Amino acid sequence: MKQWNSRKTMYCFFVLSIIFLAVVTVIGYFSYDKAMVVDFSRKNLPPSFSYPFGTDWMGRDMFARTMTGISMSIMLGVLAAAVSSVIAFSLGIIGASMGKAADGFVSGLIDLVMGIPHILLLVLISFALGKGFKGVVTGIAITHWTSLARLIRGEVLQLKESQYIKIAEKLGHGKLKTAVKHMTPHLLPQVLVGFVLLFPHAILHEAGITFLGFGLPPEQPAVGIILSEGMKYLTMGSWWLALFPGLLLTIVVVLFHLVGDILGRLIDPGRIHQ
Amino acid sequence: MLEERKKILSIKNLSVSFSQYEGAFRWKNLLAIKDLSLDVKEGEMVAVVGSSGSGKSLLAHSVLGILPYNATRNGEISFYGETLTEKRMRELRGKEIVLVPQSVSYLDPLMKTGLQIRKGKKDESSRQKSLEVLKCYGLERDTENLYPFELSGGMIRRILISTAVMEQPRLVIADEPTPGLHIDIARRVLSHFREIADEGAGVLLIIHDLELAVEVADRIVVLYAGTNLEEARASDFLEENRLRHPYTRALYRAMPDNGFSAEPGTQPYAENRPDGCTYAPRCEYVQEKCLKEVEYRNFQGGMVRCIMAGGEIR
Amino acid sequence: MRLEAIDISFRYDNGNRKIINNLSMHMDKDERLGITAPSGFGKTTLCKILAGYEKPDSGAVLLDGKQLFAYKGYCPVQMVWQHPELSVNPRFRLKEVLKEGDRVEKHVIEGLGIEPDWLERYPSEVSGGELQRFCIARALGQGTRFLLADEISTMLDLITQSQIWNFLMEEITLRGIGLMVVSHSEGLLKRVCTRRINLDQLGVKQ
Repeated sequence: MKQWNSRKTMYCFFVLSIIFLAVVTVIGYFSYDKAMVVDFSRKNLPPSFSYPFGTDWMGRDMFARTMTGISMSIMLGVLAAAVSSVIAFSLGIIGASMGKAADGFVSGLIDLVMGIPHILLLVLISFALGKGFKGVVTGIAITHWTSLARLIRGEVLQLKESQYIKIAEKLGHGKLKTAVKHMTPHLLPQVLVGFVLLFPHAILHEAGITFLGFGLPPEQPAVGIILSEGMKYLTMGSWWLALFPGLLLTIVVVLFHLVGDILGRLIDPGRIHQ
Repeated sequence: MLEERKKILSIKNLSVSFSQYEGAFRWKNLLAIKDLSLDVKEGEMVAVVGSSGSGKSLLAHSVLGILPYNATRNGEISFYGETLTEKRMRELRGKEIVLVPQSVSYLDPLMKTGLQIRKGKKDESSRQKSLEVLKCYGLERDTENLYPFELSGGMIRRILISTAVMEQPRLVIADEPTPGLHIDIARRVLSHFREIADEGAGVLLIIHDLELAVEVADRIVVLYAGTNLEEARASDFLEENRLRHPYTRALYRAMPDNGFSAEPGTQPYAENRPDGCTYAPRCEYVQEKCLKEVEYRNFQGGMVRCIMAGGEIR
Repeated sequence: MRLEAIDISFRYDNGNRKIINNLSMHMDKDERLGITAPSGFGKTTLCKILAGYEKPDSGAVLLDGKQLFAYKGYCPVQMVWQHPELSVNPRFRLKEVLKEGDRVEKHVIEGLGIEPDWLERYPSEVSGGELQRFCIARALGQGTRFLLADEISTMLDLITQSQIWNFLMEEITLRGIGLMVVSHSEGLLKRVCTRRINLDQLGVKQ
């Protein structure tokens, strides 16, 4: 039966979002050099055909700068979210399956990290590591794994008690084989959705701490820097300096969120026929 | 002999279909219940018997108007002669028509059972009434102060029944009230439903255990692959040749006391249900005519969907 | 070969209710033992102890004179549970469920009436009766010496029930596997079992 349905709409949306995000990343990556060109003959131009996002007080092309900034944010987000998910996955499994002591340690660690306001921890880590790309990625990666780790730990604890896992043990399957064969199919979707939903967080935090001056260095065309510089010129009427980068950042974050949400729904068997 | 009694529930040519996804994109329409008819009269207990996948729970859900979001219902359901629309079902549900669900998960774990039985009402008359109901089901007075986790399986079923009869319904639908219960307790739970019927309400009992159904119900409707093959008096199950359909007879012979014989084959899935008689692929008397639609007809005081029912099959 | 329980007692951690109290019993490999007990007696718990899912608080379970939990790997005492839908991983295809067992033979799969097109399905896509056939097949691997059936056919229709039991009786006789049947159905126990015990008269206490 060839018929349009909501599931198809979801798939289309999913694919289009990913294409959009990929295109932004690629364009940004290749316009790095263009973003650094200073030309005082074209300073403070409002948006036009040749400069869709306008130019700033040093005559730099805001379109190129925004794209580069966003693309850097996305790449940074992927890296930080990936590292975070791996930490969460390993700690979650260790906590749930390696006995009481390990579980106490992992739970304690989760509570500890969760207990400190994470923007503070992030700023500290990033600052301690000398700011820059490395500082930001490390900071985000080690502050964002907690809720996913807790989720996974709970899931493993529950799985361990299920009848079919106990039966598998009696059928002579070792602990490792049971974990790999029986548990991963249940955990993987969670990790995947968790990973995608970490993105927007990572990106916003990157922009946040860069804006505050603890993130990427000021010469980088990063979204946080663009916004903090743009703010100074807002009062002088250069609205485009903050509006377009801010808008694009919002769109990217919302898209990631939607992608995660759709992904969650597509692989949730309970809602399979919706 | 029950002819003069009023019909409470009457279901005519009910069908329920599901639209669902096959693989990632393809829509598919699946007919889960096909051309099902039955009625329940006052003071009568009708058991709907079938194995899992025969559509018996869906039947209960259709009457209550609580089918899942992707289901469509066709055919006529009427209550005291009045056609039941979705809206009317909502009005009657929980008052005139009540469901006794099968599991604990329908009770609020944080509320004392007494309060749940009287649906949160705190006045003295409701309390007295709920205590009476408890007593009538052989539950201690202080059961009302217990939380659901403190009850055994049999007590929970009795609490669920108490909750249902508080409103003095005209029709009680019991969805699989026995699984997981010890046989003695299962019998006791069913006897409570029998009492409800004896007091004049209609009871529609959805159950997979034919042996238990025969002990307690007045009539038995046998479901197979989404349609009813036979409607028999419970007493017909005393003797094989009083039964009308080859499938019912096979069920009879499969009872441990009646030969324990195992007819080969399994119930077909809705997606590959045969066009004519759903039992045709397993039936030893199958003829060409069985592959076309078979009428559900009156036969020897019951109903049957078979072209050569009754005495002719041996 | 003999499976023995010697003076076992058991209570769950979370309650002080003692479920099994100084119970002793035994069964041989050519026996089909039927178990009955009133409501609330630990029939499932007894099965779990005899199949090594739980260790008794005191006493011992011996298989061929050796402690049951000293057998590593595939457990020679296999148990089939009442609820098949809880006994298989919902994310496995049914053919993978069969592979979990110990080299389950083709004639077992065919004998239980498992049809080839079910193998590609997931557990939620078949009925309880069909799923239970898979659970039984999985428990009838090469290493199985004793099979414990805990109310395995209560949820099934009569025809499926007799199909399964007729096959099981034939198969275990052929392979010399001991069978323990827990059921409330008097008729079924009469048909299937060679010996019966009532836990009421042994040391199982409520």
